[in-house]
Amino acid sequence: MENRAVLTGTHFINGDIACAEGGLAAGCRFFAGYPITPATEVAERMARRLPQVGGIYIQMEDELASMAAICGASCSGARPMTSTSGPGFSLMMENIGLAAMLETPCVIANIQRAGPSTGLPTLVGQQDVMQARWGSHGDYEIIALSPESPQEAFELTIDAFNLAEKYRVPVILLSDEIIGHMTEKVVIPHPDEIEIVKRRSPNIGPKDYAPYYPDEDDIPPMSTAGDGYHIHATGLTHNEHGYPDISADAQERLVQRLVRKIRSNADRIVRTENLYLDDAEVVMVSYGCSGRTTREVVETARADGMKVGMVRLITVWPFAEQLIRELAEQSSVGAFVVVEINSGQIALEVERCAGGNAETVLAGLMGGRMFAPDELYKVVKEAVL
Amino acid sequence: MKNIFIDAPPLTPDQAKLGRSKGYGDHPLDKYLKEGRIPHIWCSGCGIGIVLTAFIKALEKSGADPDKTVVVSGIGCSARSAGYLNLDTYHTTHGRAIPFATGVKLANPELNVVVISGDGDLFAIGGNHIIHAARRNIDLSIICVNNFTYGMTGGQGGPTTPVGAISTTTPYGASEYPFNLVYMAAAAGASYVARWTVLHTRELRDAMIDSMSKPGFSFIEAISPCPTAHARRNKLGSGLDIMRYYKEKSYLADELDRDETALGLADKIAIGKFVDVEKPTYLDMYNSHVADRAAQAAKKKKKKKK
Amino acid sequence: MSFWRMPLDAEEQGVTVGEVHIIAYRCKGCRYCIEFCPNNVLAESEEFNEKGYHPPYAAKDGKCVNCNFCETICPEFAIFVTEGKPGNLQPADVLHDVKPGRRLQRKRRYGE
Repeated sequence: MENRAVLTGTHFINGDIACAEGGLAAGCRFFAGYPITPATEVAERMARRLPQVGGIYIQMEDELASMAAICGASCSGARPMTSTSGPGFSLMMENIGLAAMLETPCVIANIQRAGPSTGLPTLVGQQDVMQARWGSHGDYEIIALSPESPQEAFELTIDAFNLAEKYRVPVILLSDEIIGHMTEKVVIPHPDEIEIVKRRSPNIGPKDYAPYYPDEDDIPPMSTAGDGYHIHATGLTHNEHGYPDISADAQERLVQRLVRKIRSNADRIVRTENLYLDDAEVVMVSYGCSGRTTREVVETARADGMKVGMVRLITVWPFAEQLIRELAEQSSVGAFVVVEINSGQIALEVERCAGGNAETVLAGLMGGRMFAPDELYKVVKEAVL
Repeated sequence: MKNIFIDAPPLTPDQAKLGRSKGYGDHPLDKYLKEGRIPHIWCSGCGIGIVLTAFIKALEKSGADPDKTVVVSGIGCSARSAGYLNLDTYHTTHGRAIPFATGVKLANPELNVVVISGDGDLFAIGGNHIIHAARRNIDLSIICVNNFTYGMTGGQGGPTTPVGAISTTTPYGASEYPFNLVYMAAAAGASYVARWTVLHTRELRDAMIDSMSKPGFSFIEAISPCPTAHARRNKLGSGLDIMRYYKEKSYLADELDRDETALGLADKIAIGKFVDVEKPTYLDMYNSHVADRAAQAAKKKKKKKK
Repeated sequence: MSFWRMPLDAEEQGVTVGEVHIIAYRCKGCRYCIEFCPNNVLAESEEFNEKGYHPPYAAKDGKCVNCNFCETICPEFAIFVTEGKPGNLQPADVLHDVKPGRRLQRKRRYGE
């Protein structure tokens, strides 16, 4: 029987559809969402495709509900997903915090548009980077991936599901309007070539199982509702049994672990695309659609004899701290040029990690369009001088 | 940057074992309660414990499989019920119990999913969710403990606070019209709607059995005393006084009349089963209208290709 | 419960008897069980439990008919009833005392 979930072959589709197909290929069979430009195509594709493969597409009443529904579906054992953009992402923050606290694996595709508020619904922005990291109240760590093409939107959505299941954390696909609405060639491989990471389930009986008692790597195995484990999960600070424990000790143990399980694995999670770094005098740091312009500029600058390199963040969070720190200490590197469609969000991280060893320059746009190569080229030229 | 976190005290071996609470098992219903969780947090005279008992009795009498029963709750006094039940239980964010439960149910339709939460959680912050879940007729059982106030935070006015009632945020008496919960649930499309007070323990239990066996969205309003936050400020007396008032002022209503079922401060209480209809659930509709058609469309496409 | 006269089949029909069990340390003294026991079996005790409440006690033990209402109305899981050995209606339970078992006698007499 043909595998209708994985449409193996070569396609000409946009980034939103690629993202939906990535979800399906990763085993997503539950999607709860709310239409919002420019993420609507993800939901539309899911509405068409999920019923064909025995999945559920439900359009909720708002993004609060969508996010809550995917947390619930995750507890029932599904690999769930939702998609949204700026204003909806703000509404989802509440239950992204819940997902971080309950440690329910789920994937949120944020096809960024320009804000604040309703902003530019149909035009690009990269202004939700810090919101993705810090948006929900309290302290937690999160994983966010940023694709630079429809092909990568497909691949990173699969990675997002795998990371979510592996680390029991909500994972954000931080795409943007340009990538979402850009139609390009997307190659979908054979299902056998797609790695699927399964959730770690308890290997002990219900009597001995404590739902938040972590394995050595700080990640607790997760039982599924209906399996007879009779767990309690709460958004309150809880002890290892899942019961509310309103004490400083429980808080310290729990939140330290939530943070540690990502931070101590950052080396394994962080992915970047590095170009011409060995002798670079100026390193351009970028991600998402801005990465495309940046690559073009780096190639032109190199052709013109300028020693320019590039770091394209594939994982925006956790941030590639180690790499930036090493580059800042590299004797050739004099400056970082951070290219992003906002007023400086990743630039802050780069500046922090550079620690005064290299200058940090922000090339910022407030949204509505991508960078044009020539305007970036000027910035780089100034930085090199 | 170097991270120095203050060492958290490790879990002691005693804590690592499931905490036994004193006298667990003394009561025959204790097997439905999680060990180490009783006594509960509710005040003397609070009715939520009665609702919890009724739910356990319903679970016992209906023969529902505890392994396949999931309880989801939001935030508030009533929402704490979930944490005591020896089932898979999820205590979620304020107002979001119903969408969370929607996810739980749809991802595994064989689960029997029950939401136990309060009036403020379900109808103020979660008002949008309850009407839409009722509209979709998702197979959930909603048990709404209505005590006319926000008890957990000390007695603020809410969407059910009767006109004239004193609360910490309505110090001169509430001036807003309250929701009529049963009327609202019915209007939104619920398949089963009932209201009982916690004095009507058996009716409450039977309503819960009905609601769990009923396919589709069922809604039960359990009127419950809040002696600490609501009654005290409104000079309604102790929990016992309120129970006596329930006995005196509640009457079986024949039909769901909007004015008849409205609740005032220390006014009459219309109780009974108001709606009990058969209609296809969300999943029935999804399967017949969406999944089947998607499969047919896929078949046609294949034929065309040939 | 009281009867205005002794039922005709009082000797044949056993009366359910319940045994009340009170878990005193759980009681929060709401008095619901005392107030709403249909047979007024329960009363408030003099002593305090560890929480400082007066738990109920079965003042009229043997009068409990195992209706379970106290168990269902207790918010604290602090009281429950088990079924005891069935008893018979006693003349003291009847308002107008009439000799029990008249129907039985009639049966014997007329061989119904």
